[in-house]
Amino acid sequence: MSIIQVKNLKKKFGDLEVLKDINAEVQEKEVVCVIGPSGSGKSTFLRCLNRLEDITAGQVVINGHNITDRKININKVREEVGMVFQQFNLFPHKTVMENITLSPIKVHGESKSDAEKRAKELLDKVGLSDKAQAYPGQLSGGQKQRVAIARALAMNPKIMLFDEPTSALDPEMVGDVLEVMKQLAIEGMTMVVVTHEMGFAREMGDRVIFMDGGYIVEEDKPNELFGNPKHERTKAFLSKIL
Amino acid sequence: MNALPYLLEGLKTTLYIFVIAIIAGFILGLILALMRLSPFKILNWIAKAFIDAVRGTPFIVQLFFIYFGLNSLSWVSFDNFTAGIITVAINAGAYFAEIIRAGIESIDKGQAEAARSLGLSSKQTMRYIVLPQAFRRMLPTITNQSIISLKDTSLLSIIGIADLTQQGEIQASATFEAFKIWLTVGIIYFIIIYLLSLLANFLERRFELR
Repeated sequence: MSIIQVKNLKKKFGDLEVLKDINAEVQEKEVVCVIGPSGSGKSTFLRCLNRLEDITAGQVVINGHNITDRKININKVREEVGMVFQQFNLFPHKTVMENITLSPIKVHGESKSDAEKRAKELLDKVGLSDKAQAYPGQLSGGQKQRVAIARALAMNPKIMLFDEPTSALDPEMVGDVLEVMKQLAIEGMTMVVVTHEMGFAREMGDRVIFMDGGYIVEEDKPNELFGNPKHERTKAFLSKIL
Repeated sequence: MNALPYLLEGLKTTLYIFVIAIIAGFILGLILALMRLSPFKILNWIAKAFIDAVRGTPFIVQLFFIYFGLNSLSWVSFDNFTAGIITVAINAGAYFAEIIRAGIESIDKGQAEAARSLGLSSKQTMRYIVLPQAFRRMLPTITNQSIISLKDTSLLSIIGIADLTQQGEIQASATFEAFKIWLTVGIIYFIIIYLLSLLANFLERRFELR
């Protein structure tokens, strides 16, 4: 059974309907990249998957939990779904170590020493073992984003959501972050990635979803979608960016 | 100067009232601020009405209302000390509430979103992420309001509390040295307020956003 199931998802902000009728599934260990013009609803779609946005209508089932059910404990579900933001959103008043260990300690009830041990492994993995005691303000954008990834991984999530993780980075920082994401994909993490990095989508994506105007217009394997797009809107979009 | 011990006795009372009232006022302000930000309209409305009422009336009127007005009701009874502390506390609370609310709202929404996405509850998010950052930002305004509250306590001499100002009056008429006495009283207030702002500066540097 697929680990993410989205049925007839609709999202309105006031009168503005941002997601009109979204149906999608993601399998375990799959890497799905979501592309599309700005305003197409791709970020909103991603944010509905851990209910950072309230869902107006439809159904979203994450790892067997129907998160559209108001009675569900959404905090429990979010423990299984890591998220990485465009603006990093590291906690500026906490060190890198504290950023990573906060949630394992406060939510999972891990001991400080266990959480720090794990955090060190994760920092090692993202290539920042020397930055444990630094504050976010002392890091570059690329370093911040790698800490943010480590922070999300510290909860041992089953799914990772990436909301334009490289869009706010200087070009020379993008590679380091993508490298970490590639490693994750290779290790078999289920990933949904909203991105403008077509290279990453092509290389690492098992599937690419093209969104426009609040709909999923087309989805396919990257080679098919990039090499042989079926819809006019997909063609128009790709011709502009490739 | 023979009057000095009396003035310092008054200072003790002033500080005692100030410390209790400012702590109570801060807790009240925090509660009111959270009510203002609550999704429940009724809580928001109650808090706003309370804040508006306090901000829209003079301190002396509030003091008289609480000490003379409320005390005249048969089922209420408290001494001038309690009335004074309550008045300073609700005054500080109302102003603190707006400072704290603005401070919380000034924290980028992404901070709370990141915390929630990590599975923290809304309470934990407030406690560990939003409030600590908001307080740092609020510290200068909080200090200002605390200084105003400290000065407000001098008005409590009107209802017979033997604070620094009251002791000044007593000593001025007892010694016929009004100039010296009131200059000394002024200097004592100034020193306390100066120390308060030094403390605030220290805290600000200590908690500086890195």
